Amino acid sequence: MKKVYRLKDLDCANCAAKMERSIRKLDGVNDASVNFLTQKMTVDAEESRFEEIMDEVVKLCRKVEPDCVICR
Amino acid sequence: MTRRHKLTLARILIAFALFIAAELIPLPGIWKLCAFLVPYFLVGWDVLWRSLQNIAHGQVFDENFLMSVATIGAMCTGEYAEGVAVMLFYQVGELFQSVAVGKSRKSIAALMDIRPEYANVLRDGESVEVDPEDVAVGEIIVLKPGERIPLDCVVTEGSGSVNTAAITGESVPRDVTVGDALVSGTINMNAVLRAQVTNIYADSTVARVLDLVENSSERKARTENFITRFARVYTPAVVFAALALALIPPLALGQPWATWIHRALVFLVVSCPCALVISVPLSFFGGIGGASRRGVLVKGSNYLETLSKAAAVVFDKTGTLTKGEFHVSAVHPVGMSGEELLALAAKAEKYSTHPVARAIAAAAPAETEENPADTVEELAGLGVRANIGGRRVLAGNSRLMEAEHIAAQGGEGDGTVVHVAVDGTYAGFVVITDQVKEDAAPTIARLHRMGVKAVMLTGDRRVSAQAVARELQMDEVLSDLMPQDKVSALESLMEKTGGAVAFVGDGINDAPVLTRADVGLAMGAMGSDAAIEAADMVLMDDRPSRVAEAIAISKRTMRIVYQNIVFALAVKLTILVLGAAGYANMWLAVFADVGVAMIAILNALRAMKVDGVGQ
Repeated sequence: MKKVYRLKDLDCANCAAKMERSIRKLDGVNDASVNFLTQKMTVDAEESRFEEIMDEVVKLCRKVEPDCVICR
Repeated sequence: MTRRHKLTLARILIAFALFIAAELIPLPGIWKLCAFLVPYFLVGWDVLWRSLQNIAHGQVFDENFLMSVATIGAMCTGEYAEGVAVMLFYQVGELFQSVAVGKSRKSIAALMDIRPEYANVLRDGESVEVDPEDVAVGEIIVLKPGERIPLDCVVTEGSGSVNTAAITGESVPRDVTVGDALVSGTINMNAVLRAQVTNIYADSTVARVLDLVENSSERKARTENFITRFARVYTPAVVFAALALALIPPLALGQPWATWIHRALVFLVVSCPCALVISVPLSFFGGIGGASRRGVLVKGSNYLETLSKAAAVVFDKTGTLTKGEFHVSAVHPVGMSGEELLALAAKAEKYSTHPVARAIAAAAPAETEENPADTVEELAGLGVRANIGGRRVLAGNSRLMEAEHIAAQGGEGDGTVVHVAVDGTYAGFVVITDQVKEDAAPTIARLHRMGVKAVMLTGDRRVSAQAVARELQMDEVLSDLMPQDKVSALESLMEKTGGAVAFVGDGINDAPVLTRADVGLAMGAMGSDAAIEAADMVLMDDRPSRVAEAIAISKRTMRIVYQNIVFALAVKLTILVLGAAGYANMWLAVFADVGVAMIAILNALRAMKVDGVGQ
């Protein structure tokens, strides 16, 4: 399943790239992209565990860029 | 500026005041340090906190960490003022960058903001304002002057003019009246219109255009990927260089520690890759945004990059270089009048929907409507056989004449030829030609000026293809191609050509070619799903000049991208060299970092201003 999320206060392009890389490495994530310019995140992950995976994603993003909020 | 930006600004200002105070008030030894620590923590606590957090998470080479080490290092070597100042400058720079990027992102997004806010639907005789997504196909919507047309629809009442600039880049308004199709995203200019919805919002042109442009930055150009990879290597490399700089000269050469540690700290400040990482995608985003303003939709920055390197552009002929409107250009009767010949041909072809048959019908005298053909038999790939007023009429190509053992004349010349025979006797032929678009020739000339080869690819006969090619001064013509041959023709051309090959077609039976080309451009795609799907770029109107324009925009965008890369790297490298030699201090390094980012962002913004690039 693929979902698109809006991101708030994603201020650093390098962080966006870091987030993207680390989300892609998550178990159950097929593909992910963090678009700094449109401030959007696309996550393609296993449908059955999607919410669980998203919790992980949120945690990861907080590690990379504490200011950035994912609008779920 | 957001609330967060304002808060940061206030913090910076207060810290700056405290910093000046600490600088001016004469205090002995340790008290001096304490006086400087107040503004330092005030302005830099978040940086320090984040770097601690990141170390806990195992993310070491992060700009927060680098700045913390650099400033703490400065404090330790007794340069209190410098430590605080660098942190101050860093925060000012971050703030600037954040505001600037936010602004430019918004202005580019505004370029593409063609999303209709609402639709006025006629329900139970009253006009109701609803979300465009809640309107069903077949409902009647009311369009007021100055409003954006929310959904694809057909005018049922009223007439006026529509500004299609947002979708096609064409600034001359188009007149519309009852029965005309309206494209969503365009603007109704001067009259109240009523129209019947033909597509739900999700299938409407405006939704498809937005979808395409918004997802475009996901397909990254090679330059972009290079920069991201480079940034991953650059930061650790510079940090290790800093470490070496701090340790080797004092240990190996007995140099003073303080000097070399200080120089190493300059390295740490320069090692932040943000200016590079932000400016390249921003340039592409600007270029794509600007192109969409000119009716050129780009599906990804990689395609913009490839197009800028195009060595050849391959055009489909019919509908791309020519109007796809056929006209009778010559009538050569044998043993009867021209009018009689046309009338016979028109009657025979009356039921055919082929554009050639339509052209004959349009040219035939009016009385063709009377005494229609009694029977008509279609002969696939050859023509028709008809019975008209007791006469056996054949109309079709030269192969039909051969099959019927009738000696045909002519046949050589421009355009498509329809031969006619009556009761087994040759009666003459009609020549039908397509018209070349007005801006086709200037486009080819412009491509040549840019050093791009122009090739024509067509299923038409060699003679008529070459006539058009001569008129347009094409470099090469590939004719007599069946739809399935077009791909292999393109492939052999791609092998022969050194650089990238772009293909321009209208999406009708050339979707595989669009997909196969390095860059596929679909033309006049307002409404054609197949073309939008297959193509890498979509030209919203059907003028070939948009192709040259797209190439010009892509070249300009790439120029800006390279400027940014070279400029940022050159400045960073210079500071590194100066820093190692002891000529650059940390202030200069922070200025360089922030300054480069700002200039690169401003330069990237130029990419979206494409007016004039197209001419």
